[in-house]
Formats: sequence, structure tokens, C-alpha cells
Amino acid sequence: MDEDVTEPDRPWLVIVWNDPINLMSYVTWVFQKLFGYSREKATKLMLDVHHKGRAIVSSGTRERAELDVFRLHAHGLWATMEQAT
Amino acid sequence: MAGRRIRRTRKGDYQLRLSAEERTLLRSLPAELRDILDSQDPALGRLYPPAYTSDPVHDAEYQMLMHGELRERHEEALAVMEETVENERLDQDQLHAWSRALNELRLVLGTRLDVTEDMDEVDPEDPRAPGFALYGYLTWLQGEIIEALAAAL
Repeated sequence: MDEDVTEPDRPWLVIVWNDPINLMSYVTWVFQKLFGYSREKATKLMLDVHHKGRAIVSSGTRERAELDVFRLHAHGLWATMEQAT
Repeated sequence: MAGRRIRRTRKGDYQLRLSAEERTLLRSLPAELRDILDSQDPALGRLYPPAYTSDPVHDAEYQMLMHGELRERHEEALAVMEETVENERLDQDQLHAWSRALNELRLVLGTRLDVTEDMDEVDPEDPRAPGFALYGYLTWLQGEIIEALAAAL
């Protein structure tokens, strides 16, 4: 993909959004499984998604963020990415 | 049946205690979902979310590259559940696929039923009652699977 329209320096953020279908236990487990997070960190992120409506779950290069978004979509989570401002 | 229905064994695989009726039901569902994967059913939107919400150009690029692969992942999970639906034992990868397949089914069914986080009891006379009963069963089973998988992390 072309890189000309985005600033390469600012990291890309992967965001998971709240939805009424995915189980809280499932979301926590997916964060542990995909990102290697501890149960405590995964639970905190899940609760942020649940209570605040969204949480940043990972960040990095655009390619890395696209891969994380894809893996989250493969698990049925509602994930998007945006560049840090 | 009393006790946990999905249990991790000493060998590190998982024992499933499901009735013949449950297995018959679970066998029928992947084919039903596969039938609509190619359709324009609006409930499929939850299986293929946008990656870039405020950037349609990049999202179109992303979808062009990744949509087919995502569809393959969804189909793969359904196929594993279908192929192993009679098994008494599953390995970790197979149980993981079951959790994804059940979630796909719940996402499509839940979207059709317009479920919310604080669902009231559904009137048994409501035409959607059978759908909610199926959704409730799939939710319960997925919860059991996640509990078993999470205990092994």
C-alpha cells in the first residue's frame, strides 16, 4: 500500500469497540491469546471496552496494526485502526 | 448432566459432554451460516467490519486485500466444528475453532435479533422466542468453552 498520504512517524492505534454480543470472558481471553497479555491487563482492557465504549489494545506500524485488526476480526471483535494524533 | 460439560484432561486436550440433541443441532448450523456468507444479508456486517472508519480509500484497499482471507478464516472455523461435532475429545486448536464458529453464529443471530446488553425475558409468545432460545444456548456453550480454554492459559 502507498505511504504517501500518512505520516510514517506517528504510531497506529488498534481500537476495540463495545458491542452487545461478544462475551466479556471471550474478549478477555482473545486479548490474552492474541497479544500475550496477562489476565489482569486483558481484563482491564475488556472493562475499558465495556464501560468506556472503546479501548486501545495495541499500537505500532501500520502493517502491524492491520495484522492485529485482521486477527481481531477473525475472532469476531469489532476492531478499527487510526493514526495517533 | 451435572458438573462441567467441557473439561481439560491431564493429557491437555478437552473432553466434551454434549447430548445427541446438542450435537445434531450444532451439526446443522455451520451449513446454514455458510449459505448466507455470500449473500448481502445485513447481519453479515458484524463478521466483516471496516478497519479504517474515517478513511474510505484506505479501507477499500484493506478490504480488497483482506476480505477474502477473513472469509476463509470464518469458513475454516465452521468447517472444524462441522468435522469434529461428534468427537468426545478435542485438542486446543479444535476447541479454539469451536469458540470462533460459535461466535460467528452468535454475531449473525444476535444482530438479526437485535440483542442488547440488558435483555429482558422474552415472551414465549414472541415470534422471536425460538431465536432467542438458540442464541441463549450458543452463548452458554461458548461461555463453557472459554472457561475451559482460559483455565489453560
